[in-house]
Amino acid sequence: MSEVTHDIARRVAQHLGPGDMINLGIGLPTLVADYVPEGVKVFLHTENGMVGAGPTPEPEKVDPELINAGKLPVTEDVGAAYFSSSESFAMIRGGHVSVAVLGVLQVDQLGRIANWAIPGKPILGVGGAMDLLVGAKTVIVATTHLTRKGEPKIVEECSFPLTGARPADLIVTEHATFSVDQDGLVLEEVAPDSTYDWVRSHTHTPFRNSAALEVV
Amino acid sequence: MVEVPRMDGLSSGRIRSKVISVEEAVALVEPGSTVMVGGFGLVGSPLTILDALLTSENATDLTTISNNVGEPGKGLGRLLLGGRIRRAIGSYFTSNPDVMERHRSGELVTSLVPQGTLAEAIRAGGAGLGGFYTKTGVGTDLAEGREVREIDGESYLFEKPLRADIALIRARKADTLGNLTYYKTARNFNPDMATAADIVVAEVDEIVEAGALDPEHVVTPHPYVDYVVQAEIRLGKGDEPLLDRAGGG
Repeated sequence: MSEVTHDIARRVAQHLGPGDMINLGIGLPTLVADYVPEGVKVFLHTENGMVGAGPTPEPEKVDPELINAGKLPVTEDVGAAYFSSSESFAMIRGGHVSVAVLGVLQVDQLGRIANWAIPGKPILGVGGAMDLLVGAKTVIVATTHLTRKGEPKIVEECSFPLTGARPADLIVTEHATFSVDQDGLVLEEVAPDSTYDWVRSHTHTPFRNSAALEVV
Repeated sequence: MVEVPRMDGLSSGRIRSKVISVEEAVALVEPGSTVMVGGFGLVGSPLTILDALLTSENATDLTTISNNVGEPGKGLGRLLLGGRIRRAIGSYFTSNPDVMERHRSGELVTSLVPQGTLAEAIRAGGAGLGGFYTKTGVGTDLAEGREVREIDGESYLFEKPLRADIALIRARKADTLGNLTYYKTARNFNPDMATAADIVVAEVDEIVEAGALDPEHVVTPHPYVDYVVQAEIRLGKGDEPLLDRAGGG
């Protein structure tokens, strides 16, 4: 994946705390595991029935029956545990997962996300996206600020179907970090190599500035 | 047509083995059966029985309850290509393009359920519950036409339980009574499905005598399991599931 996605993953990882049980979505969010700050021990939950998923094994050590929810081979971290699908999702909906990091197609002005279906195409996959959104204690969106075609992903209203009514708590892109309160998005930080003006013109919904934000 | 002996559990004080052949297992599936199939992709899927179902004239017009429809041309995906599946209930079909194609042509009816709701509906079906309320899916396209209830100020969606005529599951070890242990992430939906079908058949890598499994290690207790089949197909290194770019399970 590109340098930008690694950069986003690094920025997301700063928000993880010691002992957190984390569920990382497919794609960009998976990279977050590589950037967990030193000295911070987190436990990776994967919804197909495991907590304590470890790093990708060497090719000769791959166990075809040990995979994550992206169907990629993983390993057992210290203290790993296996459980059934119903228990895995009881953990998720029951608020036992500290942080879910999700990729998105779009985020709206209230921080609600669309990440499971594209209009006009048959809807044939939802997986655990809706459960993670409603259940995780904290939902962090990890996304590029723009689509590959250069269109803003943070918009007033999602044109893609919403994944749920619950807003995300934090939205992290390569340019900015937004928190979400009941009135909508609050710009918390502009990335060091970006500018406030860039963020303002490439975010297609109104947002407020955090009191802590220094606008240069 | 293979005759399957019905199990009477205890006969003349002796414990009868639940072990049957693959052919006998396949004969339990009837035209129009609703079949639960364990697995996340191919991992934890009863691949031996699924392949054998293709040889059965009776395994037609099936409704499957399974997270995916296997992988393209593998597991349940083979039965799909064989025209045996009429309806598929699951959470993630996108990883199998054959499902897309048959959905488009109208040969296959699909019902999409969030993965946690699928698992819990199966659990509820096996636990004698009439359904449950979940926050998952509220306010989405999947909630259309469904009952929403306010509980303590929050909105929940009503979900009905799921049951099947037969569950085909996969486990690591069985004893001859039907106690089951599992292997790593091949566990997934299998323990849930073991509770929620009229007939439960477990395909296993290894069969041991009753008493050989540590009772502390048993995940699915034997009363849930009707039959045990020795697996002949196990996921090898060549069958590693590949990254699904569109998203996971």
